[in-house]
Parts: sequence; structure tokens; C-alpha cells
Amino acid sequence: MIKHLHKPAPITKKYFTPGVILISLIALNGLVFLLGRFIFGIGAVTNLNDQYPWGIWIGLDVGAGGALAAGGFTTAALGHIMHRDKYETIIRPALLTAMLGYTFVAVGVFTDIGRWYNIWHPLIMWNGNSALFEVGICVMFYLTVLYIEFLPIVTERFMGKVNLPGILSRLNKPIDRLLHTLDRGLDRTMFIFIIAGVVLSCLHQSSLGTLMVVSGPKMHPLWQTPVLPLLFLLSAIAVGFPMVIMESLTASHSFGLKPEKEVLTSLSKFVAPLLSIYLLGKISDMFIRKTFVYLYEFNTISILFGIEVIIGVIIPLRMFLSKAVRESTTGLYIASMLVIFGVLMNRFNNFVTAYNPPYALEPYVPSIGEISVTLGFVAIEILLYRLFVKIFPVISLPVEKVNFKTKYAIRRNSK
Amino acid sequence: MAQNRRDFLKTLATIGVSTGAISAVTPQVAKAGPTNILSDNRMGVLVDATVCIGCRKCEWACQGAHDKVQQDFIEYENNDVFKKARRPDTNNLTVVNKYDSELLGSETIKLQCMHCDHPACVSACIVGALSKEENGSVIWDTDKCIGCRYCMVACPFQVPALEYYKALDPKIVKCDFCFERTKEGNLPACVEICPVEALTYGKREDLLIEAKKRIKNHSEKYFNYIYGEHEVGGTAWLYLSDKELAGEVFPKLGNDPAPGVSESIQHGLFAYFVPPVALYALLGGIMWLSKDKDKSEEKL
Ligand code: SF4
Ligand code: SF4
Ligand code: SF4
Repeated sequence: MIKHLHKPAPITKKYFTPGVILISLIALNGLVFLLGRFIFGIGAVTNLNDQYPWGIWIGLDVGAGGALAAGGFTTAALGHIMHRDKYETIIRPALLTAMLGYTFVAVGVFTDIGRWYNIWHPLIMWNGNSALFEVGICVMFYLTVLYIEFLPIVTERFMGKVNLPGILSRLNKPIDRLLHTLDRGLDRTMFIFIIAGVVLSCLHQSSLGTLMVVSGPKMHPLWQTPVLPLLFLLSAIAVGFPMVIMESLTASHSFGLKPEKEVLTSLSKFVAPLLSIYLLGKISDMFIRKTFVYLYEFNTISILFGIEVIIGVIIPLRMFLSKAVRESTTGLYIASMLVIFGVLMNRFNNFVTAYNPPYALEPYVPSIGEISVTLGFVAIEILLYRLFVKIFPVISLPVEKVNFKTKYAIRRNSK
Repeated sequence: MAQNRRDFLKTLATIGVSTGAISAVTPQVAKAGPTNILSDNRMGVLVDATVCIGCRKCEWACQGAHDKVQQDFIEYENNDVFKKARRPDTNNLTVVNKYDSELLGSETIKLQCMHCDHPACVSACIVGALSKEENGSVIWDTDKCIGCRYCMVACPFQVPALEYYKALDPKIVKCDFCFERTKEGNLPACVEICPVEALTYGKREDLLIEAKKRIKNHSEKYFNYIYGEHEVGGTAWLYLSDKELAGEVFPKLGNDPAPGVSESIQHGLFAYFVPPVALYALLGGIMWLSKDKDKSEEKL
């Protein structure tokens, strides 16, 4: 038996701190503009127009949001599918981030589309030629899979502890029994969902890349390439672990826990190889299509491209190659942040910087309303994360030798 | 060992069944999509910019035919609007702009949706709300659209417009080739009203022949090019002018159908669900094998 030194448990620290209050204000400000969008229409709150139909709500909330939630499927692949037991303490936090992240991808789409009450249409109205259709369907399914993957954490929290007050107390027993059945059923079938989750992630991460391909010459050649889907997939895979590292360090700092350095350090070994594959893809695409000529021109576009690649990929790649960085908390934090920044930048560049409509009189700059809503959503995600880890056993706390199950394997029926 | 093998087969079967279920819907998906007909008899309009007098009556008629807000008839004779290049928007499905031209001094050109033969908007629309009809029209279905604006991202001519200031029921607005009128045998409103016959409605094939004839007979008057014959795979609306239109009036575009690359990527990634199913099986295999490895390590 493997000895477990950590066990997921609800965090008991108090919810509100000055930082949390500040975040709540950002969330509130976002909600005000969100209300404006639903009362007065998209035009009233955003700088979008017929030339620039997509702005940061698609580029950041959906494009980058989806990529930054990739920690969920990369850790699931590592922990569950490749069965690396030592990473089990990071699986649950990554799952929670993915679940919240994708929920807000969906919320972002809901906010951005003009006819939001038709959001369910892709379920029954199919267009197999459309990359957006593929993204939509996969995200819907993946979100469901994520909720299912989270269910055992809910059952674990409440099994044997169902205690409804008053007249409802009669339901305690049946609910508990239901939870037990659910738990057993999920335990046995979970591997199906875990594999499905990874497959669905690979599909829509790449389809997100296909999205802008259809805009053809409207997109700057530095980014417009038929291998965009591959680059999107590779960068999503590369940003998965840095995202997990950043979150884990932030959470342990915020909750006053000891950082799980050992796990994170060994997790960080994967980052440099993954980043180099992405970088290799990006650079070779650039040379095959000879787009480096656009870098000789010194303008906003080439500067933004430079920032994306140098600060967002090359520097953190160099950092993750260094043992000293991987073994220092600060080093890990900074390097991870840079990778996250790089992917954020990349999505922004693909959806906003690179898009150059033929009749635009002035470039698109996101409005205060758009920025507020985007920041607001991030703030709400952080607040929910904090709430969830207080209610559910997500973050691992040190304990003496115990047995617990956070991992799933393909089950044998003989048991 | 025997036990192991039986379990492994069972697991494979489970994976097989679940992926089989996915592949069962494949034929439907392969077919799923909006109407997208490229008929030999599709119609088109030949716009002869050398004939157009810039009276903007087409704008007025178009607005009338589509329940848009019309100004007083006389207002359309006001030439001040020509000071800046306009774009079709939610109230003007078509606009006439004035451009400098060497030969004639200036030239007025009517713009609207080009009704592409291989429309990017139809390919892109997430729910198939846009369709290319038998008669060549590219039209929009209010009951399907979710307002995602992907059609606007996709259109190489940047034509579709959205009613951004409506909180409820904002519509995608663009020229619909007067689909309702032509269905009943009427001419498109703009073609019907044009006083100088700058617009000719007809079968696209015939229009091409006519256009070539005009260029041949009056080579002194025309720039030797039919804009729309080949652009992005061809458009239903064709333009004759005394000058090069690509670059100033229209974007410079290639001759391959606009949605070609993205559709082939899409179909490659999802070819009959083989890649996803293969990935699923592969991951299932890895999950199974690493589990066994784990077990044997534990025994050691
Ligand atoms: S011009 Fe644009 S809107 Fe019109 S059919 Fe072509 S792609 Fe669609
Ligand atoms: S805005 Fe409407 S018509 Fe355009 S792509 Fe989206 S769903 Fe289709
Ligand atoms: S064909 Fe009809 S919708 Fe299109 S510009 Fe002419 S009048 Fe307007």
C-alpha cells in the first residue's frame, strides 16, 4: 500500500480577507456592466461593431479561458491515465479549476452571443463544417463530464453526514443511500468519463484554433496558418501544468499552508519539453510559410508577436530548464506566470491583434464595459474557488497514514 | 493471468461499446449542415459601374422591400453622402459609394452581399442559420441564429451586420437577394428600380457571357476584368468597371473558395470520428497498461 501523507479536506480558514473583499468589488463592478449588456444590448457595453464582431469576450473569456483550464485534462491524463500516483494531490484542485473555468467559458459565450436564449440550438441544429459548432458541442459535453468527475467529491463530502433539519430529516436515510449508490456507480464507470474528458479536450482545444482559419486573409499572416489547431492544442497542453503550479502556490499562500514543493517540482519537469514542442511547432510554421519577413517591420503587430513568443515562451522555457528555478517556489511561480501570460497573449493576438477587417476605419480597443465583465468573471471564479475548497475536500492537507481514493483506474468486475 | 486477459477483453468491449455509440451517429453528422446548393441555373446580377449614375434609388427601393426606415425620396439625391465610403449596415442592405477613377473622373459603385458560390458565412454558421439556395441567394434564418457573429468573422467581404443595440432579438442583416420577391417571379427591388439598367438580373452563366461581350465591344471603356468571376471561388454578383476594383473597392482575394482550408481541417480532424475514437482507444489502452504495471510494482 502506498502511504498517503496528504488527504483532501475542506479548508477551515475564514472566507473574507482584505484581498477577497477587493476581488468581490471587481466582481460586482463586472456584474453591473453585465446587467447593462442584457438590458441595453451588446452595442451599449462593448466597442464591437460590424467590422470587429469579436473582441476580448471571445478572445480572452472563451479562447484563453478554455486554454487556461487545460490543467484539468493534462493532470487527469497524467494522474489517472498514466497512473502517476504521486500527483494525486493536485488532481482535485486542477479538476475544480477546470470545472469553474469551463463553466465561465460557457457563461462567456452566453454573454457574448446576441441571441443568448438560443444557446442550446447547436445541440439540435448541426453544421459539421463549422469549427465553432465543434467547439460548442465539445465544450457542452466536456462541461458535463467535468461535473460528473466532480460528483464523487460531493458524495464523499456528504456520505454519512446527511443531516437535514426538521421535517426533511426523514429524507436523510434515502439521500444517504442514494449517495452511496451513486458513489459506487461512479467509482466503477469513472474511467469512461476520464478518457472521454481527455478526448473532448483535445478535440475542442484544436477546434478553437480552427476558428479563425476561416477568416482567411483578414487575419495577419504571422498567426494565420492551417496548423493553428495544432498550435492551439500544443499550447493548451503546455500551459496546463504551469496553471496547476501557479494555483497550488497561490492557494497554499492564501490559506497559509506549506507549498507542495516536491510534487510541483517534479511536475515542473514536464513543462520545458512540452513548451519546446509548442515553440518548435510555432517556429517551424513561421519558417515554412516564411512569415518572419513581417518581423522586420517594427510595428504594434510585430511587437505583440515578439512579446508573446519571447516573454511568454522562450524565457519561461529557459527558466523551466534550470534546476534551481524548478526547486525554488518563487522561481516556479514566476516561470509559471510567464507561461500563462504567453498563452493569454497568444489567444488575444489570434482573436484580436491578428484580425484585420478590410473596411475598418479605426482599430478595435476593448471598452471599459468589456474589460470590467472579463475581470468580473475572473473575480467570480476566484471567489467560487475559495468557496468550493471551504465546502468540499479539494485541497490536500497533511495527515498521518490513511487510505483514500482520489484516483480511478479501469475497474475489474471481479471485485 | 487468464483472469487478467478476460478483464482486459471486457474493458476493451466497454470502450468499444461507448465509442461505437459515438460512431453510430457519424453518418448523420457527416450529412448535417445547412442547405448549400450550387445550381447550374443559379442567378446573379451584373453591376456595370460605368453605367451607374449614383442616384441611390436602389438604396431606397431595397429599404422599402425590407421594411427598413426610408428617408424622403428626394433625400437620396443628396450627394453629400459620397464624401465618405459607407458600408452596408442594419438599415441599408446596400449602399452606393463614389470612387475616383481615371477614365471617367469618378465612378459610383453599389455594394451589398456578393452571394458567394462557396459562401464562408454558410460554412461558418454554428447552427446552419445561413444557407445558399437553389437560385443563388444566400439567406438567413431568424429562427436558428444564436447571434454568435461567426458569419461576420468569416465573410471575406465583411458584409453581414448585427443589430448591436437591441437587447432582445438582434438580427443579422444583409442583402438577401430579395429572396421573397424572386420566389414570386419579381425582380430584386434594386434591379427593378434602376433607371439606367446598371444592374442586370439573370443566370450567372449568361451574365458572364454578357459581361465579356461588353468588354470586347467597348474595350476603351472597361478595365478588362470581371470582379466576382473567380474571387473566393466565384460570386453571384459580378462587377464591370473602368478600373481595377480589387484593393480599393473590394479586398484583394484569392480564387480558392473562402471556407476551403477550414473545412478540410474540420473534416480531417473529425473524419468519420476515426481520430477521436482512435484517441479514445489509445488512452484506454494506456490506462489499462499503466494500471497493470502499477499492480506488479506493488507486488514487488
Ligand atoms: S459576401 Fe459574405 S455574407 Fe455574402 S455570401 Fe459571401 S460570405 Fe456570405
Ligand atoms: S450570428 Fe447567427 S447567422 Fe451568424 S454565424 Fe452566428 S448563428 Fe449563424
Ligand atoms: S437584391 Fe434585394 S436585398 Fe439585395 S440589395 Fe438589391 S434590393 Fe436589396
